[in-house]
Amino acid sequence: MSTISEAPAKHVGQSIRRKEDPRLITGRAQYVDDITVHGMLYMSIVRSTEAHANIVSIDSADALAMPGIKAVYTGEDLSDLLAPLPMAWAPPGVEVKVPERWPLARGKVCHVGDAVAMVVGEDKYGVVDAAHAVRVEYENLPVVVDVEEALQDKTIVHEALGTNKTHEWSMGGGDVDAAIAEADIVIERRIVNHRTAGASIEPRGVIAEFRGGDLTVWSSTQVPHLLRLFYAVQMGISEDHVRVIAPEVGGGFGSKLQVCAEETLAAWASRKLKRPIKWIETRSENLAVTHHGRDQVDYVRMAAKSDGTITAFHAKIIQDCGAYFGLLTPMIPELGAFVMTGCYKIANVKTDIVGVITNKYITDAIRGAGRPEMTHMIEVTIDQLAAELGMDPAEVRRKNFIPKDEFPYTTPYGITYDSGDYEKTFDRALEMLDLPALRAEQAELREQGILRGVGYSTYTEICGLAPSRAVGPKGFGLGIGLYESALVRVHPTGSVTVFTGASPHGQGHETGFAQIIADRLGVDPANVEVIHGDTATGPMGLGTYGSRSLAVGGVAAAHAAEKLALKCREIVAFNLEASVDDIEVGSGKFHLTGDPDQGMTLAEVAGCAYIDANAMPEGMELGLEQTLIYDPSNFVFPFGAHLCVVDVDAKTGKVEVKRWIAVDDCGPAINPMLINGQVHGGVAHGIGQALYEQIVYDDAGQLVTGTFMDYALPTASEVPSYELDRTETPSPSNSLGVKGIGEAGTIAATPAIVNAVIDALRHEGISYIDMPLTPLRVWQALQEARGDGDGPRDGEQGVELPDQGVSSAGSGPTKPEGGVA
Amino acid sequence: MGTTLPLQMTVNGQATDSQVQPRLLLVHYLRDVVGLTGTHIGCDTSNCGACTCLVDGESVKSCTVLAVQAAGAEVTTIEGMSDDDGTLHPLQEGFWAQHGLQCGYCTPGMIMAAADLIERHGPEPISDADVRKGLEGNLCRCTGYENIVKAVQAAAESMAGAPA
Repeated sequence: MSTISEAPAKHVGQSIRRKEDPRLITGRAQYVDDITVHGMLYMSIVRSTEAHANIVSIDSADALAMPGIKAVYTGEDLSDLLAPLPMAWAPPGVEVKVPERWPLARGKVCHVGDAVAMVVGEDKYGVVDAAHAVRVEYENLPVVVDVEEALQDKTIVHEALGTNKTHEWSMGGGDVDAAIAEADIVIERRIVNHRTAGASIEPRGVIAEFRGGDLTVWSSTQVPHLLRLFYAVQMGISEDHVRVIAPEVGGGFGSKLQVCAEETLAAWASRKLKRPIKWIETRSENLAVTHHGRDQVDYVRMAAKSDGTITAFHAKIIQDCGAYFGLLTPMIPELGAFVMTGCYKIANVKTDIVGVITNKYITDAIRGAGRPEMTHMIEVTIDQLAAELGMDPAEVRRKNFIPKDEFPYTTPYGITYDSGDYEKTFDRALEMLDLPALRAEQAELREQGILRGVGYSTYTEICGLAPSRAVGPKGFGLGIGLYESALVRVHPTGSVTVFTGASPHGQGHETGFAQIIADRLGVDPANVEVIHGDTATGPMGLGTYGSRSLAVGGVAAAHAAEKLALKCREIVAFNLEASVDDIEVGSGKFHLTGDPDQGMTLAEVAGCAYIDANAMPEGMELGLEQTLIYDPSNFVFPFGAHLCVVDVDAKTGKVEVKRWIAVDDCGPAINPMLINGQVHGGVAHGIGQALYEQIVYDDAGQLVTGTFMDYALPTASEVPSYELDRTETPSPSNSLGVKGIGEAGTIAATPAIVNAVIDALRHEGISYIDMPLTPLRVWQALQEARGDGDGPRDGEQGVELPDQGVSSAGSGPTKPEGGVA
Repeated sequence: MGTTLPLQMTVNGQATDSQVQPRLLLVHYLRDVVGLTGTHIGCDTSNCGACTCLVDGESVKSCTVLAVQAAGAEVTTIEGMSDDDGTLHPLQEGFWAQHGLQCGYCTPGMIMAAADLIERHGPEPISDADVRKGLEGNLCRCTGYENIVKAVQAAAESMAGAPA
């Protein structure tokens, strides 16, 4: 057998227009809410108004009497479910206490929005009316909202667990305590990485139709195959009778990497009522009961020599899991911990994580998932180290970067970074910034009362999830391996359909994957259709999250196409009476090397494979399709440097982002336009967290930010124009050399902003402010630092935010009572 | 369902005539009665703008307008922006060429809001800042707005240069 030849790069690397767009820009795309199934009923959920309470009674009589209402169901009605909602992480050797969570509450609610009952009826307005008419009597229980208070176990959310502490987990290498004892300088800080929402513009939605023993579900999900698997487990329907379709999905950002209560409820009710059921989430529900992200309190210590060499980094992380677990809740900080040392060579490191239950909604993976929190920790701490040593923060970073000739580099956590050149991206970003000019402007503007600052952030992230042996049940403890599938099918006419197990929701797979396949089969990407998000059409797939689609799913598709290309070359060699080694794939043809006229088009090859068996080599299997499962040998580690320039208005505390410079490295580009788009959106997401967005609960556990009037997503006016560049350091872990880019901007962004704001304010004696850097917080920090003012007068500053995390002098952590021992 | 009212309006040049609940929202009229699902719903509080369409030429958030308030009006939705022969509107072309969309959910509303913005702005080139200010009522979570701004500017330029 001849080896697989390298594909000529013709379409790969080009910024070709997206194949997805024509349907999206003309209003012809079909999202879940655009689908109508004959006989469809609507579902509305009765949600808890209390954060923690026993359910005394539920009276549905009035609701059931309303026109068009078919049924009201409560938790007791769903006793035939075979399993509670899933949590898919069981790390060997670590005890994780898992609170039981059912689609409808059973006797007790644990957060505002907990589903108490479901109403099904003929009219979409009518079911909402009826849901309001269901009367629920509650017996209130003590509420615990603050994660550090919850850790004290004075109020326990789940009596069956006996504690709010669900698990403890430590990892690291070297000797942190010894290194800290010997250090010239130790920086300590308490960092609150606050709760945020994924806030895709399309809320969640589901239609379930149970008909003749078969369940068909349309869901706005990132994981259709996982959802199918879970339906089989929970409802006792074998997978061959379950079809899950993710139609057009209007954004996810991790918030649709979930197996949701409403997905079960719609399917269960459809089986019960023998009618299709549709549920579409409202925005208020989306902010209340689509999983949140982040929400951890971090106590960090960084030790260094006086020359800026970092000798140790230690973090104690208290994760606010919310009232229950979602699919991956307790795993999120652990995923981040693998890259807690960022781009730096640090010999002594340790991460101690504790998971805690509170009376808030669950947290889980949101764009970056653990890695933004870790990057934030190290990048803001390294700036403080530089400040206390009187060094340039750029120099401290350079001094500690893992040198490019040390890759592959194994960290003290036992993770092997595949490739990197951190200095190169950082230097390029600084060159784009023009630091001397910036410092001159900063001094000039300060004279005029404008506080300008520049902030640096470098990152490396772990993505391309994931090598199945490393992350599976006997490895990191996930309930499933994270391989990916592809099926490449050449049709008798020579057009191509690719089925991928990845499940995009805006990323552009239909275009990027088509570019990869087109080059390998000598066709135009226009002739390559990429099908995704339907469990009935392709092989088992794991979905889209963790910046995995290209580095795992794209590589699977490339390998499948390469196998097919080899078969094509063998068919052509047979017909031309040539050696297979003399056949190569060119533009539009498989042809003799050096003679593009002597060859066959893919359509001609397909004609042999499907129509004329005599044109096939003896014994060769007819047809032209290839299914392939690719399991990566390692994770991939994209990296980069983001710099931002801000102006702070000292009178109002308002932060304005003036410039954003990003130099990212995700390996060789398949489609640079798509990469830039991912960086733009990722950075905007991070700007949102750093400056505007926060999910806020009051002390009674009531959600304060339940609409887009209170949860401040950035608009076009609140983000800058981005200045981007890239370097290309291939990953040795896969044949495309590709890494991932979906989460990079979000991972890099928040410390760049915080560092920039502190750079603007450090001369005022301010060394740290927790996010979000709202005008109120920045203004308060300035008042405290200047010693003139007792805070804003009533009514002048809008919504009152929790006053956590303003630290105006020095670097010592403010450790409230009951912090981690 | 209670009382219904007769409602007539023109949608994308086609006359429509129905009996509707007085409380029916314009967005639900367009989606569920007329069957045009290109107009999306993202927030219910008129913050996100996914439901933006044109009512008598002005951009309107159709999730906060009652259908009956648009009685007799000429309504244009995203489906009415391209020609019958499939020729795209310059805004649609701009969003495609500039990668001004990712998941596409906010896109119809963005395009309709931008159409009104360009109309109000007139034929002179529109600045980055004016586009950003003009689209503050439309949220996008995917693009970071960069390419949306470029798309609108490209469309404005193309429309200014087009024969009247």
